[in-house]
Amino acid sequence: MHELSIATSIVEAVSEAASAYPGARVKQVRLRVGALASVIEDSLQFCWELATEGSPLAGATLVINKLPVIVHCDACGVDSEIGGVQSFRCPRCGELAADLRQGRELEIESIELEEPEPKQPESGAPEPMEEHI
Amino acid sequence: MTTRIVELRRGILKKNDELAAGLRERFTSAGVLVLNLVSSPGTGKTAFLERTLRELHARGARAAALVGDLETDNDARRLAASGVPVRQINTHGICHLDAEMVAKHLDAWESLALAGLDYLFIENVGNLVCPSSYDLGERIRVVLLSVTEGEDKPLKYPGLFNSADAAVITKIDLAVPCAFDRELALGNINEIRPGIRIFETSAKTGAGMDGWLAYLAEQARPS
Repeated sequence: MHELSIATSIVEAVSEAASAYPGARVKQVRLRVGALASVIEDSLQFCWELATEGSPLAGATLVINKLPVIVHCDACGVDSEIGGVQSFRCPRCGELAADLRQGRELEIESIELEEPEPKQPESGAPEPMEEHI
Repeated sequence: MTTRIVELRRGILKKNDELAAGLRERFTSAGVLVLNLVSSPGTGKTAFLERTLRELHARGARAAALVGDLETDNDARRLAASGVPVRQINTHGICHLDAEMVAKHLDAWESLALAGLDYLFIENVGNLVCPSSYDLGERIRVVLLSVTEGEDKPLKYPGLFNSADAAVITKIDLAVPCAFDRELALGNINEIRPGIRIFETSAKTGAGMDGWLAYLAEQARPS
């Protein structure tokens, strides 16, 4: 169960990145997670709620984009996606393929921010009084 | 309200990875070979390491060990009997070691000079899932599997087995009573991590230790 550590690391990294946009609220965080990254999606979603609770990221959704394993086959010289993670063989020729080209990713791809509308340039006319209810 | 997408493209464990890269540099310049030992609880990591340290010590090699556990310093006390410097890391509930813990303990370990070592072994917390994501700055990640655990363990934990540089099968003195299917186990390891070096050992009888020690010596030699 290291998903809580992972969720906490995401919160730290996203908070840091979002601080460059004052007033913005983080709506969504998108991840790229390889099939070999040893991360359980349900646990991470559960821990995400815990880690964001009471923080400026509370309510932000976490989207996990899963990446399949891609191996490079020395015999064919081709990169191919393999189905599952139970056998590291080239799907074209059946040879064992040790050269991993994708599958260990554990990355924050992007964040979606909601920002207040930019302020209107000031004009000479006095602003109308706002009505407060 | 307007929406803005900001591309980050950054590793979630970037902090750990940066710390680990710093450690790796430090280990390389000190000329010490660092190994990270990972397995399930009960595989016999400590017994295997105990035997390894004893044999290295007897051959005049300079080794030390950092040993991770959730609680207790039992393993450190066991390993210290081999005559080499040992330090315990207690994670207090955390299921893996990370680079920060390793760095912190190395800094606090004033009597240990990395440059005076040939080998530093880091025994991770017993767990076949979480340690796979955390680089500790090691040069060699060793996954251990005992004959009592079932030959399909590599298939159940591909993330970790695929990240290993060497595999050690432990307790081979129990292979017969456990009806251990050697060919199946070796085949499964190779299916998940093609071409990996595999050592079949017994810490109890010493079987297979010569091959393992020869591998260590070969890896420690400056290239």
